[in-house]
Amino acid sequence: MQASVINIESIRSDFPILKRKVHKDKPLIYFDNAATAQKPIQVIDAISNYYYNYNSNIHRAVHQLAEEATAAYELTRDKVAKFINVKNREEIIFVRGTTEAINLVAYSWGRQNVQKDDIVVTTEYEHHSNIVPWQLLTKEKGAKLEYIGVDDNGELILDQLDAYLDTGQVKLVTFSQMSNVLGTISKSEEIIKKCHQKGVRVLVDAAQSVPHMKVDVQKLDCDFFAFSAHKMLGPTGVGVLWARKDLLENMVPFNGGGDMIREVHKYDTTWNDLPYKFEAGTPNIADVIGFSAALDYLDKIGMDKVREHEVELTKYALEQISAVKGIKLYGTPDMTKRGGVISFNLGDIHPHDLATIIDEDGVAIRSGHHCAQVLMERLDVSATSRASFYIYNTKEEIDVFIRSLNRARELFRI
Amino acid sequence: MYREIILDYYRNPRNYGKIENPDISKKDSNPLCGDELEMHINLKDNTVSDVKFTGKGCAISQASASMLTELIMGKDFEFVKKLTKEDILENLGLHDLGPARIKCALLSLKVLKYGIYSYVSEKLKDTASADKIKEEASGLF
Repeated sequence: MQASVINIESIRSDFPILKRKVHKDKPLIYFDNAATAQKPIQVIDAISNYYYNYNSNIHRAVHQLAEEATAAYELTRDKVAKFINVKNREEIIFVRGTTEAINLVAYSWGRQNVQKDDIVVTTEYEHHSNIVPWQLLTKEKGAKLEYIGVDDNGELILDQLDAYLDTGQVKLVTFSQMSNVLGTISKSEEIIKKCHQKGVRVLVDAAQSVPHMKVDVQKLDCDFFAFSAHKMLGPTGVGVLWARKDLLENMVPFNGGGDMIREVHKYDTTWNDLPYKFEAGTPNIADVIGFSAALDYLDKIGMDKVREHEVELTKYALEQISAVKGIKLYGTPDMTKRGGVISFNLGDIHPHDLATIIDEDGVAIRSGHHCAQVLMERLDVSATSRASFYIYNTKEEIDVFIRSLNRARELFRI
Repeated sequence: MYREIILDYYRNPRNYGKIENPDISKKDSNPLCGDELEMHINLKDNTVSDVKFTGKGCAISQASASMLTELIMGKDFEFVKKLTKEDILENLGLHDLGPARIKCALLSLKVLKYGIYSYVSEKLKDTASADKIKEEASGLF
């Protein structure tokens, strides 16, 4: 195996799934990391350890199991705060995922702060989860939804943001820090600065960025920040919404129920303190605890090293894939501006056919619209194929992938 | 899966196109992958006198549609009404499709069945048969 910035063999041995074969005898090559990442044994063990040894509900009971479970759950909150560098642990809200985090903001903040003729600005490379909640909100309020366009390099056209901000009607700008289709890394700090100069709130969809690079929320200085555990080695069903305390304090709860209350009377209720005001009902305790192990795992490697490894892999993959006859790549070739996500088409092979053919060689890639149909329209394609990398991927796997692409190309006579 | 015959039908689809004022006309899509398909059929003396399709999508969906048009051309309407999922897979020579890809192969049959349903219920006013066909169509995937 090649020399790497990280100890790849030791990392791979932590992921049980990488030992399995697919289609009888093909080693699994997992290049669908932008959809969800694989889980190391440490995460799987943390979840089963909770169920084996201290399964209990949190925050209420006084018995020992409850205390252990509460401590483990709350420890994750501290780790998240440290991981994304925020000062106040009570600003970390556990949700089901990025989608729920964005919906929470649209519901609890949006309905109070966005009124008729106001503008919410999103971008053409958003995931449906950062478009549809804003369509619901703006339609309900008679407000407008506007889009920052994407240029031919796959980058946001920020002049358009300036024009929207100049109207004085913009209440929120929401964008992904890294595109799940093109891998483009947004100029987040520049966008946020521009918005704040005009007193406009900013939401950062960090679902694709936090798993793959060091992110410092204080430095970003945004207002809302959302990401998911399952794309960063953690379990499904856990996500994080971070928001500034003053905003959270003035927002109405998203869900009503247990744990989010201070006092409940027949007709009135007072809310619990942050973050519990936004965590109604028994949360996903086991998976939050599993997420803790994922954060430890990434911390141990170091997010700078994760990024470095992915840059090296992506650079290599882009070089190799560019040489495949008939390939069409989307997004910028500049590695400083992109992450480890490569979207492409090969001749007139439909992405679903391509994904099926290379799956026969054990290579799992994604094909389709990637929940980004607005971007597909902009690129004027119905679908693309997408390979996305993570810490356990290797150049040798990329070689198999390229050979497989060439096999598909020959099959379709391109 | 991608045998020569599938690729040939994908690249050179038979019966591709539209019919002016067809007796049966139906369009559907697969929301998961975005495959689209439209079928036009003319009937004469209770047999399929002409059939055409248009669409965009993967090789499996497009080849399947083209091969289905050939299968039903000139056939008795009763035969067409009775076509099953197994008939289509047999016709394609594909038997080991997974749950995601089987939808590609069956999209054309689904469009055909819904087309027949509309025809039977609206033009023939045969509610009982129409309901049965609709049930078959919705049960495909």
